[in-house]
Amino acid sequence: MANEKTDHMTYLPGMEILEDSDIGDKVVSLMNAYDPAKYTEADVLRALEAQFPSTEDLAALLSFAAEPHLEAMARRATEETRKHFGNSVYLFTPLYIANYCENRCVYCGFNCDNRIRRAKLDADGIRREMKAIASTGMEEVLILTGESRKMSSVEYIGQACRIAHEYFKNVGIEVYPMNTDEYAYLHQCGADYVTVFQETYNSDRYEQLHLGGHKRIYPYRLNAQERAIRGGMRGVAFAALLGLDDFRKDAFAAGVHAYLIQRKYPHAEISFSCPRLRPIVNNDKIKPVGVGERQLLQVMCAFRIFMPFAGLTISTRERAGFRDNVVGMCATKISAGVSTGIGSHTDEESLGDDQFEISDERSLEEVCAAISARGLQPVLNDYVYIPE
Amino acid sequence: MQDKLVIAGHEFDSRFILGSGKFDLTLIKAAVEHAGAQIITLALRRVNSFHGNILEHIPEGVTLLPNTSGARNAEEAVKIALLAREAGCGEFIKIEVIRDSKYLLPDNYETAKACEMLANKGFIPMPYMYPELYAARDMVNAGAAAIMPLASPIGSNRGLATKEFIRILIEEIDLPIIVDAGIGRPSQACEAMEMGADAVMANTAIATAGSIVQMAQAFKNAINAGRTAYLAGLGRVLDKADASSPLTGFINDGGTK
Repeated sequence: MANEKTDHMTYLPGMEILEDSDIGDKVVSLMNAYDPAKYTEADVLRALEAQFPSTEDLAALLSFAAEPHLEAMARRATEETRKHFGNSVYLFTPLYIANYCENRCVYCGFNCDNRIRRAKLDADGIRREMKAIASTGMEEVLILTGESRKMSSVEYIGQACRIAHEYFKNVGIEVYPMNTDEYAYLHQCGADYVTVFQETYNSDRYEQLHLGGHKRIYPYRLNAQERAIRGGMRGVAFAALLGLDDFRKDAFAAGVHAYLIQRKYPHAEISFSCPRLRPIVNNDKIKPVGVGERQLLQVMCAFRIFMPFAGLTISTRERAGFRDNVVGMCATKISAGVSTGIGSHTDEESLGDDQFEISDERSLEEVCAAISARGLQPVLNDYVYIPE
Repeated sequence: MQDKLVIAGHEFDSRFILGSGKFDLTLIKAAVEHAGAQIITLALRRVNSFHGNILEHIPEGVTLLPNTSGARNAEEAVKIALLAREAGCGEFIKIEVIRDSKYLLPDNYETAKACEMLANKGFIPMPYMYPELYAARDMVNAGAAAIMPLASPIGSNRGLATKEFIRILIEEIDLPIIVDAGIGRPSQACEAMEMGADAVMANTAIATAGSIVQMAQAFKNAINAGRTAYLAGLGRVLDKADASSPLTGFINDGGTK
């Protein structure tokens, strides 16, 4: 395996540098100063009472001391969710259109050294898959690719966005980070929401896990949301892949990252995801490190209390029973009808392998029924694309 | 006595405007009926669906007040208003221009601009605004049909946090003043009506109540009580007892002596 150990902090040619932004630096310094062991029960109780929680309150809510107060956190979170979102629960389907990747991320099924079946849908294939998803009644789609600029160019993703715009009301993308003008192009193609997981905010750990490829460049990924907003995207989503490193520090970093972006770009719609590491193809030894369901729920409730107005997506990686219980409590969005293989919405046999194993394979209808049964309201769309 | 709410020449008996944003669509009908509401707001972005038409859930005879929620500036508000008109939502438009995802506070400057642009396109603009006298006057001059000041931030249930500033608008602005956003309890709706607001809008408080039907009725009754009290003229509430030796006792009203 060619393992060129480049400096993960040095931008590659063509990568846009936001000279005028200090958000990345601030996130890292706040995270480095955060010691989850230093908070006391009194700090947690104060945070739970805070009318407008600060970053210090977030730190307390993510600390060890907060774990025994999970029930109180869940109650406060439920109250906030109800106040800001009413009974609404939003639905979407992620669609993988390609799984080619040129990165070496040791925890990921798409790692270019992994011998999996690679595939990329052409325009007809994309249309077929989207039609199949749309026929279930779904109105929001999240387009995903493996992170390969070569195999999944910006133009290719743009084409997928245009097709998606015909079949869906709301189009989001979760693809490799790109430059501001490229985000602007995809926005013109119909996309308005961008999700980028930082994986881990710990730069040293990031370096160990991302052995090669453009994804190795830590600061370029860190500034993706800011470039997306500058490119005209309406909303951005933040996440750390919990379990790669100290999940408390990573969750704290994702929280302050979102907080600083919202302060600088108050119009931007903010949301969080809370993915945990899952078993993957060719690497079944990788298991979530120290993040049980209790800890995951702590992170989700902490985000809800800290930024009550932000969206929060519950991952398909979690089991149905967990997912159903967190919507309405802290999560505001849930996927349905998910299949992470390439072409798997139309073909019995998918053309390309999955990125990870999913734990909830329920259809849109089934997920809607589960939401309604809890007295909540499934919402298929609450958005309008406004062309330039 | 006829006590009608008149907006741009349209007359309404009810002074309760129901927001629909946080409702389960299948419950809207019951809420409208029990609230006696004749105007219902709805976000164009919620109407924007391939499946099922939200308009089917709106009882006949109810006036639609589509809003421009999702607009971040005047131009976007106009685009959304035009889409609402295309969707068959009529000429009334509640202008919402919001550039803050945290507090969802309206941008008065862009809202006033949108008012003018929409009035010029034949709409009946009803701007949702932060209660500020100069901005309200600008909106009046720009062609607004009513002014909709917020009581407190959307969904905050904090009641009449801006009470004194809404009072100034009620006193100084000749258009209907409709108190919008933040009304979490019937008693707060009643208080707004008592001080002379022309109508009240509520959404979350009813949508998330244990019994939607009962809460809709409670709001209806509270709004009627507040309105009646306003029309009756509230009795004097004195801070201190009347002084026994009046300060003006020296005046001689009997002419020269």
